[in-house]
Amino acid sequence: MGRLRSLLIPGVDKQLLVRDATKVMPDLARRRFITGGGQPRRADAADRLRCIDSFSAEEMLKQISKFNDGVQAAIFNPNALAPTFRKARLQNRSRSTPITRSTTLPRSTARKWKFEVRGLVDNKRSWTLEELYKLPQVKQVTRHICVEGWSAIGSWTGAPLRDFLKTGSAPTRGEVLLVPVRRFRRLQLAARHGHALHPQTQMTFKFGDEILPRAYGYPMKIRVPTKLGFKNPKYVVSMEVTNDYQGRLLGRPGYNSFSGS
Amino acid sequence: MFGFRLFALDHAGGWLGGALLWHFAAMWLLMVNGLVYLTLGFATGRFRKKLLPITPAGVISDTKAAMTGKLSHADLSKYNYVQKLLYCRIIVVGILIVLSGLAIWKPVQLQYLTALFGGYDVARYVHFFCMAAIVAFLVVHVALAVLVPRSLRAMIIGR
Repeated sequence: MGRLRSLLIPGVDKQLLVRDATKVMPDLARRRFITGGGQPRRADAADRLRCIDSFSAEEMLKQISKFNDGVQAAIFNPNALAPTFRKARLQNRSRSTPITRSTTLPRSTARKWKFEVRGLVDNKRSWTLEELYKLPQVKQVTRHICVEGWSAIGSWTGAPLRDFLKTGSAPTRGEVLLVPVRRFRRLQLAARHGHALHPQTQMTFKFGDEILPRAYGYPMKIRVPTKLGFKNPKYVVSMEVTNDYQGRLLGRPGYNSFSGS
Repeated sequence: MFGFRLFALDHAGGWLGGALLWHFAAMWLLMVNGLVYLTLGFATGRFRKKLLPITPAGVISDTKAAMTGKLSHADLSKYNYVQKLLYCRIIVVGILIVLSGLAIWKPVQLQYLTALFGGYDVARYVHFFCMAAIVAFLVVHVALAVLVPRSLRAMIIGR
């Protein structure tokens, strides 16, 4: 008791002292902000997409993913062809067809649909579906691999994008580094040099010898057998040829940006 | 793949994209560690010295001894025949999981490797079953180490 008494300061009210001390204490909300990595928490879509809670681990994963992009680009041989098969194992839209999300194109839009070619091309113009159908077409039976793990062998028929870009239809100026294509009401997707001009990259009009079903991207999809499925855009409405690659058209956020095979 | 969920492990990263980021980051850890381990194991002759020979008779008698609780733990620096067999197998599984992983990661660039596995689908099964084998090995490995705690010391300092 003697020691406690010596701590008391004569003439100072204990309760007032405690009240004053509480005011000087740091704000709890501020403390939570600091321990939370300096980021205010928001319960929006970006939050749900966040890979993990810790900011530093997320940054590390992003860096490794970028490193993986470099490794994949280094081992990518633009002349290596995706294996082709004699027969497609996926003929049409059956119930077993593993489509997780299918976006349908409104009927009126399909009739009015035009494919616009812009950017570093001499022949900036719009193409109707009939005009595109007249292009020389080839059929490929290749494996479509989804980022979710499943794969399916299908037959796709259409015009090689490389030929479309190189022939009189749309001659290019300068070096083609990037062909961004826009999906119908969807994100832009980038196909870099080697993939865009890969011999098997195709403007696809038919699946299994029939006009592309809506779920598969009618009127046109870009089939890139050297890329995972989500990098094979459907419902393409325009294409821009450009040298300006700023890494802003990276497909779906969160997935590895290369995502190719 | 088989439509079941394994505890909370399939939630690593929170969603598919996050899980893939972890997977394609951790693969480097496995590959670099594995390469160093295999190189040292073969170069120093450690594998030959520690893991060979394996005789069927030895495996059978050591399995019996283990089941009846009579397996000797006198010298933990020497592996018994069951250990030798399982360690050899897990090394093979480790090599297979990396190769099958490469085969399904790059089925165009490394298409000959994919073909060697019997195609993309088979390589995927190989990758899955190797994973299952590693998990099974891990369970037995940890359980037995807990039963013979002295082995934890032997793992680190070698005796």
